[in-house]
Amino acid sequence: MIRFAVLVFPGSNCDHDAYIVLKNLPHSTVDFVWHKERDLSRYDAIVIPGGFSYGDYLRAGAIARFSPIMEAVVVAANRGKPIIGICNGFQILVEADLLPGALIANKDLKFLSQSVTLKTGTVNSVFTRKLTPGQQLTMPIAHKQGNYSAHPDTLKQLQDDDRIAFTYAPVNGGNPNGSAMDIAGIISEKRNVLGMMPHPERASDPLLGSVDGRSIFESIIG
Amino acid sequence: MKAKIYITYKDGILDPQGNTVSKALVNIGLEKVDSVLYGKYIEMTFSGVTKEEAEELTDQACRKLLANHNTEKYRFEVVAE
Repeated sequence: MIRFAVLVFPGSNCDHDAYIVLKNLPHSTVDFVWHKERDLSRYDAIVIPGGFSYGDYLRAGAIARFSPIMEAVVVAANRGKPIIGICNGFQILVEADLLPGALIANKDLKFLSQSVTLKTGTVNSVFTRKLTPGQQLTMPIAHKQGNYSAHPDTLKQLQDDDRIAFTYAPVNGGNPNGSAMDIAGIISEKRNVLGMMPHPERASDPLLGSVDGRSIFESIIG
Repeated sequence: MKAKIYITYKDGILDPQGNTVSKALVNIGLEKVDSVLYGKYIEMTFSGVTKEEAEELTDQACRKLLANHNTEKYRFEVVAE
């Protein structure tokens, strides 16, 4: 049984989606954990959900990164526990320096809410081990700051270390937001932190049109 | 004591807002505008600190929160109000 924590910040709005997916999956339990808590030691895996924590003031994720719970997230990351940050969760993880680079405004400045096709990169991670390399996944994006940007050395490092989890596949217009190297999701050096802009939790129920996102959560459960 | 802080993207970081404003300026007839760098301006006030202390505090604020070291650079000036 894998015990998941779904963190809740003021302005999180995909927390319930993630909670319901994890609650319905076999071999998993899930709790909401408010951002003022300081202890995540009783959980095996952590989800930082999407939303607009602190209204995206200053920069998306910049204020949430200093919430009390984030110290526990860093401890969990150092202990090798799986941590998945989705959309605003990804933005929080880069602001917390748990993942490299930054997420800046989409190239055309628009808020993008649409379905995208992802191409699976590395399958050497706890998040993607049930996928096959190159496997295409369909799920939605909903963001204004999802344009992944990093120093060329960082981009090369991500590539050399096989840390690109997902890219936007060159179909239906391809890369929607201008991300460097079409990056949609990356993992940390120790391979236990995943940040991704697309929403697997909104593609885990047949009623929502796709169940492709479910395999990411199933991979974590193992 | 007041700190005036200017935050802009580092060179080489795509500045979509700057590019869009730049195009808009050309569209309204200001063809001689070459480029626009779009940034943030922040003011902070202090009481009971020296100018040096205010500068140190401002630098810390920029490093820890106000600017993203991956994409942004900052400069500031501290002035007596």
